[in-house]
Amino acid sequence: MKSFEYTIKDELGIHARPAGLLAKEAKKYSSVCMIEKGGKSVKLSQLMMLMSLGAKQGDLVKVTAEGEDEDTAIAELEKFFNENL
Amino acid sequence: MQSFQGKSVYKGIVMGPVVVLKKNDYQVKRTRIEDAQGETARVQEAVKRSQEQLQKLYDKALKEVGEASAAIFEVHQMMLEDEDYLEAIQNMIQTEMVNAEYAVAVTGDNFSQMFASMDDDYMKARAADIKDISERLVRNLSGQEDADLSNIDPSIIVADDLSPSETVQMDKEKILAFVTVHGSTNSHTAILARMMNIPALIGVPLDLDELKNGTTAVVDGFTGQVTFEPDEETQAATQKRVQEEKEKLALLQELKGKENVTLDGKKINIYANIGSVGDIGYVLENDAGGIGLFRSEFLYLGRNDFPTEEEQFQAYKQAVQTMAGKKVIIRTLDIGADKQVDYFNLGNEDNPALGYRAIRICLKQPDIFKTQLRALFRAAVYGNLSIMYPMITSVEEVEKIYEIVKEVEIELKAQEIQYRIPEQGIMIETPAAVMVSDRLAELVDFFSIGTNDLTQYTLAIDRQNEKLDDFYNPHHEAILRMIQMVVDNAHKCGKWAGICGELGADLTLTEKFVRMGLDELSVAPSMILKLRKIVREMKVEE
Repeated sequence: MKSFEYTIKDELGIHARPAGLLAKEAKKYSSVCMIEKGGKSVKLSQLMMLMSLGAKQGDLVKVTAEGEDEDTAIAELEKFFNENL
Repeated sequence: MQSFQGKSVYKGIVMGPVVVLKKNDYQVKRTRIEDAQGETARVQEAVKRSQEQLQKLYDKALKEVGEASAAIFEVHQMMLEDEDYLEAIQNMIQTEMVNAEYAVAVTGDNFSQMFASMDDDYMKARAADIKDISERLVRNLSGQEDADLSNIDPSIIVADDLSPSETVQMDKEKILAFVTVHGSTNSHTAILARMMNIPALIGVPLDLDELKNGTTAVVDGFTGQVTFEPDEETQAATQKRVQEEKEKLALLQELKGKENVTLDGKKINIYANIGSVGDIGYVLENDAGGIGLFRSEFLYLGRNDFPTEEEQFQAYKQAVQTMAGKKVIIRTLDIGADKQVDYFNLGNEDNPALGYRAIRICLKQPDIFKTQLRALFRAAVYGNLSIMYPMITSVEEVEKIYEIVKEVEIELKAQEIQYRIPEQGIMIETPAAVMVSDRLAELVDFFSIGTNDLTQYTLAIDRQNEKLDDFYNPHHEAILRMIQMVVDNAHKCGKWAGICGELGADLTLTEKFVRMGLDELSVAPSMILKLRKIVREMKVEE
């Protein structure tokens, strides 16, 4: 399993559009991609659950990927967070 | 045949099928089903149709209002792909053996509740998105006509009331008339109807649940009546009147290309009021001499973040280039009061009309203002652009604006960006501005009187309050005297004065305005030729 931690910088947090794009991104990989915030953890591909985490600016989240393509997945996801959130 | 009386906001007559827009109207019945698989298949089919509709809405919005505003439909599409949501629906059908409509409605409610209970305002608002997609699914399941207006035959739109975000989606070619249960004469529906030159009735006591899509109706903007299922006699009479109106309109068309000049030689400029670049077609079609009020709010509404300088620059540039040398007066941001935008985070106010709005926001948050000014100054290079500042109450405010203008100019110069400081005027829409208009006239290039707000502030009447429509007398002597005072003070300093409020389009006052010495009237595009006709048939000397 691979993981990284990230502090949300976007003013609105993980709001609708980036959440949608993030879910789309996560679906590209066969690995199971999860996001955890404050003890609650959901699959990245679950758009509504992801939004319901309510990750705001300044919140620390942990992203994990587990599966065959976990190396690529985690690298791409980290890139996505850095660019969009 | 059944008739209802309402209040007309735009004259005209039309007959056609109705499309009923209902909000939150899914009164879904729970029924027991036998074939869970068949029911699940229906959901899949409805999801597919919904996706197609959303794709169409996205494409249309992308073309007309830009990517940022279109993104919401993309998000809706993604939500509809959400596995938890779809699984919850499927589970409910299988375990409880209920119909698909019911399963969707309940699931939609649960999910939207989840968001509504979050402590983040932005996420709270997402509850509406889930409701929206769930309603769309239910509509597709139950075979109701989609409220998606991009895909209908020309119709009469019947609704409780319409919001600006709803009207943005409408294909304006397909709307024959508006009939709403609520709304005041100054509502967005009313303004849109005047813009589009179509009959509109408000305050019509209808039961929308009783009304079916496709019912034939006659909307008579002269009497304020709407008649459903008209008998043959009424239909024939209507057709005759529609024809007569067409002929009258054709007569007006002959006035195109002619001057706005009275029989004794006095000229007046007749310009158009518009709300987006898309409206410029109406301006040219109606032969306006220019654009007297270009509301720049369209750039800020219906999106999640501020428009960039580049986006604004492109829009303004397109406007002045399309108008090819004709005057285009762009009013800077007039957000606040009845025009709320989430990302401005304006907060609730007890008296929004007397609150934090328009130029006040610009002076308090100069970054927002500067971005707009930069875009305007850059676009001014490409045509006859003028800038107009709203909600001015004092000389000091204008001086503050000029300081900011100076700062922007220094920045642009330092960055070696092409720009031009164009003609700058102000809206006169507060009694305070009227009273000091002699001093303001020394500072600015022109005045444009915003009669809607001026009347509201002078008569102490809330424009949004339907109950007060009877008290709202725009012909009040106080208003007319104020207009005269403003015109006289402008002329003393060699400046020009116009009207860009609804009063400018009041045909019963046109002759009076010309005699009062107004230099310009800016009105809805559909009114331009009507005003021209009156001007050309009158004499200044009675």
